[in-house]
Amino acid sequence: MFLYGFGPILLAGTIKTIELSVLSLAVSVLLGLLGAVAKLARNRLVAGVATAYTTLIRSVPDLVLMLLLFYSIQIAVNQLTDALGMDQIDIDPFVAGVLTLGFIYGAYFTETFRGAFLAVPRGQLEAGSAYGMSGIRVFARILFPQMMRFALPGIGNNWQVLVKATALVSIIGLADVVKAAQDAGKSTFNMFFFILVAAMIYLAITTVSNVVLLWLDKRYSIGVRHAEL
Amino acid sequence: MIEILSQYGRAFLYYDGQGLSGLAVTLWLLVLSLVIGFCMAVPLAVARVSKNRWVSTPVRCYTYVFRGTPLYVQLLLIYSGVYSLQIVHAHAALNEFFRSGLHCAILAFGLNTGAYTTEIFAGAIRATSHGEVEAARAYGMSRWTMYRRVILPSALRRALPLYSNEVILMLHATTVAFTATVPDVLKVARDANSATYMSFQAFGIAALIYLAVSFALVAAFRQAERRWLAYLAVRGH
Repeated sequence: MFLYGFGPILLAGTIKTIELSVLSLAVSVLLGLLGAVAKLARNRLVAGVATAYTTLIRSVPDLVLMLLLFYSIQIAVNQLTDALGMDQIDIDPFVAGVLTLGFIYGAYFTETFRGAFLAVPRGQLEAGSAYGMSGIRVFARILFPQMMRFALPGIGNNWQVLVKATALVSIIGLADVVKAAQDAGKSTFNMFFFILVAAMIYLAITTVSNVVLLWLDKRYSIGVRHAEL
Repeated sequence: MIEILSQYGRAFLYYDGQGLSGLAVTLWLLVLSLVIGFCMAVPLAVARVSKNRWVSTPVRCYTYVFRGTPLYVQLLLIYSGVYSLQIVHAHAALNEFFRSGLHCAILAFGLNTGAYTTEIFAGAIRATSHGEVEAARAYGMSRWTMYRRVILPSALRRALPLYSNEVILMLHATTVAFTATVPDVLKVARDANSATYMSFQAFGIAALIYLAVSFALVAAFRQAERRWLAYLAVRGH
């Protein structure tokens, strides 16, 4: 029988992996944009906090941070609920996974966006405010569309790393595609085959992402002339 | 914190009562996989940029597969997957090799970092300025001499900044070794966590150790760049 009847479980795991990746991407892009603005802020305290965030998070392995945050958040919540005399709240591992991955990769995105912000010529922003646009409008109409062009290669890299990092959430007990493959392998005594299937699924995800990123790159560099070599 | 340090401090650094553990194992994993990766990457990068498709395509497939799948899955495939195969059990030498988590971890890490390093070096070789290659040809150097004397020394230097990135990422990647029962820093932290339930302290110490190693590596590579990439530095007057 195809996949020994474990097809639906693997499919559910794959969907979980994709959901996790996309939601963590959303969280980390948001954090990255905030972090980049903070890192470029004139206020020294704000810039210092953002710098500490990116330096510390990027120097510690993601798996260590994942375990650290995952266990300590639960313990902190337990202490809080104990102190307030409430019932214990169990944090959903999926939500915890999204938040920790988002928090970790937010630091990588901060660096990507910071570089991209700096690559947009200052005169463009000044021209925007000379036309009487508000700060938010300058961001939405001038800074963001141009910044995306510079940020896109970095975003693509981070996304590929993020997708591969989601394989680690099975260690903190999430039923992603790796966990599904391991369970299937254990019960059919065919570990090699099922892990290979999981690897193929990841390869398919990264291949599709590559195609999408190429398309996005083309779209955002409309109007840019490349040097012909 | 003090409690964990006094009880597990030695295990975190080098010895857990049975053998090497903690930082010593992590660094051993890192160095060995980097050496394997580097030795594979230099010839493979030369093959990767080859004009002959029969030479470059297999290397391209290798880097594509190993860079497109998570390291954790690769380790699982080698550690739990390969060992479950009948052929491996039947063969004494293979059985001996794949039974050890450390061997599997080093094999997986070496193959993984080899793929990334190959792409880094191949990129640097491609970026060699054509004048240098033409000059080497004009001197009548053979392809082997040209690679040995001109292309590789300059390409490996220029690859240094990206390579240092890969080394830091590899340090971070060694953390998955504990899933193959290798007693690295994270394994000790998990043992300390399950024995004391002081999660924040146990994983916090591990995080600090990794932080210190990362900073040391960054500083070392900065020195190396100052030495070997001095000719690319912005010159003062």
